[in-house]
Amino acid sequence: MISDGVEDEEKWLTAGIAGLQQNAFYMHRALDSNNIKDALKYSAQMLSELRTSRLSPHKYYELYMRAFDELRKLEIFFKEESRRSCSIIELYELVQHAGNILPRLYLLCTVGSVYIKSKEAPAKDILKDLVEMCRGIQHPLRGLFLRSYLSQVSRDKLPDIGSEYEGDENTVMDAVEFVLQNFTEMNKLWVRMQHQGPAREKEKREKERNELRDLVGKNLHVLSQIEGIDLELYRDVVLPRILEQVVNCKDDLAQYYLMDCMIQVFPDEYHLQTLEILLGAFPQLQPSVDIKTVLSGLMERLSNYAASSIEVLPEFVQVEAFAKLNNAIGQVIEAQPDMPVFGAVTLYSSLLTFTLHVHPDRLDYVDQILGACVNKISGKGKLEGKATKQIVALLSAPLEKYSDIDIALKLSNYPLVMEYLDDSTNKVMSNVIIQSIMKNKTHISTADKVGALFELIKGLIKDLDSDDNDEMDEDDFKEEQNFVARLIQMLYNDDPEEMLKIICTVKKHIMTGGPKRLPFTIPPLIYNALKLVRRVQSQDENASEESTASATPKKIFQLLNQTIEVLSMVPAPELALRLYLECAEAANDCDLEPVAYEFFTQAYILYEEEISDSKAQVTALYLIIGTLQRMHTFGVENRDTLTHKATGYSAKLLKKPDQCRAVYACSHLFWVEDQDGIKDGERVLLCLKRALRIANAAQQMANVTKGSSGSVILFIEILNKYLYFFDKGNTQITVASIQGLIELVTTEMQSDTATSDPAADAFFSSTIRYIQSQKAKGGATAEKFEQIKV
Amino acid sequence: MVLVLAIGDLHIPHRAPDLPAKFKSMLVPGKIQHIICTGNLCIKEVHDYLKSLCPSLHITRGEYDEDSRYPETKTITIGQFKIGLCHGHQVVPWGDLDSLAMLQRQLDVDILVTGHTHQFKAYKHEAGVVINPGSATGAYSSITYDVNPSFVLMDIDGLRVVVYVYELIDGEVKVDKIDFKKTPTTTI
Repeated sequence: MISDGVEDEEKWLTAGIAGLQQNAFYMHRALDSNNIKDALKYSAQMLSELRTSRLSPHKYYELYMRAFDELRKLEIFFKEESRRSCSIIELYELVQHAGNILPRLYLLCTVGSVYIKSKEAPAKDILKDLVEMCRGIQHPLRGLFLRSYLSQVSRDKLPDIGSEYEGDENTVMDAVEFVLQNFTEMNKLWVRMQHQGPAREKEKREKERNELRDLVGKNLHVLSQIEGIDLELYRDVVLPRILEQVVNCKDDLAQYYLMDCMIQVFPDEYHLQTLEILLGAFPQLQPSVDIKTVLSGLMERLSNYAASSIEVLPEFVQVEAFAKLNNAIGQVIEAQPDMPVFGAVTLYSSLLTFTLHVHPDRLDYVDQILGACVNKISGKGKLEGKATKQIVALLSAPLEKYSDIDIALKLSNYPLVMEYLDDSTNKVMSNVIIQSIMKNKTHISTADKVGALFELIKGLIKDLDSDDNDEMDEDDFKEEQNFVARLIQMLYNDDPEEMLKIICTVKKHIMTGGPKRLPFTIPPLIYNALKLVRRVQSQDENASEESTASATPKKIFQLLNQTIEVLSMVPAPELALRLYLECAEAANDCDLEPVAYEFFTQAYILYEEEISDSKAQVTALYLIIGTLQRMHTFGVENRDTLTHKATGYSAKLLKKPDQCRAVYACSHLFWVEDQDGIKDGERVLLCLKRALRIANAAQQMANVTKGSSGSVILFIEILNKYLYFFDKGNTQITVASIQGLIELVTTEMQSDTATSDPAADAFFSSTIRYIQSQKAKGGATAEKFEQIKV
Repeated sequence: MVLVLAIGDLHIPHRAPDLPAKFKSMLVPGKIQHIICTGNLCIKEVHDYLKSLCPSLHITRGEYDEDSRYPETKTITIGQFKIGLCHGHQVVPWGDLDSLAMLQRQLDVDILVTGHTHQFKAYKHEAGVVINPGSATGAYSSITYDVNPSFVLMDIDGLRVVVYVYELIDGEVKVDKIDFKKTPTTTI
């Protein structure tokens, strides 16, 4: 059915064009022989094709364009006085004899254009005449095109300032009047289209209307081009008249299009200066008009205007732009209680962008906007969908503008807005905040700010009400928490007191995180505290004992102890053990023997009770031995106890090779190269001998279980340790013992049951090379090593 | 000319938020042929970042590394040089050059790269070279006070290796270099 219609239309259009062209042909023939009467007769017939009601706007336009071209040629003819053989006034009279009104009016406009150009009559009179006579066509489509024609031919003949048509009688006002009237009439016709035809074709009509809208809008363009319209004229005449028509037509389509068009064509300074009038129209528009888009468009234009040049900024202040816009938005929202949340947020978002451009220093304005937002979204529960996206944009804007997070923290309504975000959006927003801090490398420097910040990002810090925590992907969760950990590194203050407060504040917040988060968030806090210890430690040395400050190493160690305890209960024993040992070293540097001992005790307890995996034990044990080896603050008793335990653990590791290695590592516990370091040669030797026994046992086990001797690598390692201490001057290590070991290794390697081990071979070779190079060194070293035969 | 980046002990995020910006801008993909990393990254993001700089990435395990599958030690041959890699917390006493030399003999390598102390060192002895690239982020260390962020770039050319050390001191990147030549016999 529809396709039939289209086909029919095509037919009619073709017919129309054919008729038009035929009459045009005759018209030209008449013009060639200067036969005015005939020319007018055929041109009228030609224009009659435009009287059709059968075409849609799109097709009518095609027909119109052809007629337009022909009329242009006619106009050229009319211009040449010699050819037309009558005066212009006569001609003006003559065309009015055309039978039908539509052709008559087209011809009149054409002649009128020539008439104005001839200046035989004031432009204003002719224009007035024409614009009124066009009232004769009340059919919307035909009327719109006719008036559009009028607009086109008159365009360059308006009595604008500086135009040749300006004079005492013709002023800008006349030009303005003419265009305004044409505009008003065209709008009326356009609106009338809405009500033509059956209700079921409403959509089709709206589509057709949309195709025609630029015809109406063109008038506003023309107005904007009239140079004689200054601010005053705009404000006092042009704007009110346009708004009057827009409001009174009560048509959604027209109102939306024309408001937007107006905002686009007229200069931003004018909008700024007439802001009140302009904004006053909004509440008067039909409720179904999408005001927020138009308003947002206006605010965006003004934002760009502000951004374009710094000199225009005072203007904004002078006209109180912010207050007016804020009010307008408030009124619009009030007038449309059914406006969806995301609509209101969009408006506030645009206003915020505007404010950040125009009044970046007015934090109170920004806060006001956030406050208004809170009012609007409160009582609606948690937001979702488009609204959340808008809110995130709203909250991100101040972060981007002010690279210092401090400023965002000062906005009292900021956290309130965040309250209304659902959990996942809160996390998104928290991530945005942290990223902003990381990007700008801001160091958050007071406990209060830290507290405020952690309140904001609480979605990352702890489980909020809902239990959707389980759904989170493990990798994503890790990434999220690691992000929080990095944030903790950004908190810093030179003043130790304040830094300690910051640490306590962070601790308070992360403790609410639960066992899943603590392994991520506690370590960075521990290290912050350890860094602080270092700082106050050097101050302590200068200050007196009776310091009233609370940031003392002792206090910080207490805090550390408590915090790590929580971690070990998570449970995260391996991590806790490492942190205890780090603290022990720090306490060692502060010469706080009891504190260091306490940390070691805690580490040992964890080792004994919580760490049962063999591989984990080995690593933990090396850390214990390595740390203990560096302790200088322990008295003999304490040191002995801890050392004894460590060697005990070493001998009790599951695998023999691990035992062997750990035991010979313990030998270093009895030999410290520092000035006052312990150098107990005997106990070193005891350890090495013990290691040797274990290596032997391992060898025997290999014989029994595998039928061949195991690798000699352990012996070579022990040999190297012998050489180490020999070199350092441990008199308990004799040349004979070294020699014995060398022979042991050589024999084992050459034995029949030996398993070939290239790594062991290479190691032994390099060991021999070492001995030789020591011999070649000369001096005391060479003397010592001389006696070793290889 | 083969460029090898030696880097480690970043301790992200426990002890440092990120690599220094000046280092990040210097380390661009496509310029380096191998990366050897002493360990203690500690998280996957850092691993991925290093991998993006160069696909030939070798890592040994530090005691804080999240991924427990990294090996305790590793040996790589690049050109004429055998390079050994180990985090270093396993070698007691920590940072002791003679004990590290023993590890070098055990791995039978010309160059041993270890970390853990967060202090840059390049030490030549009869059997080879021991290098510690320090901590790329200047992370806190119980062993070393005032850690400056640092990393090492080795330029291996035939029997010669030039070791460039980059240190961030008071906000400026300072470069130093040390030359090592390997004698063409089996010993160095």
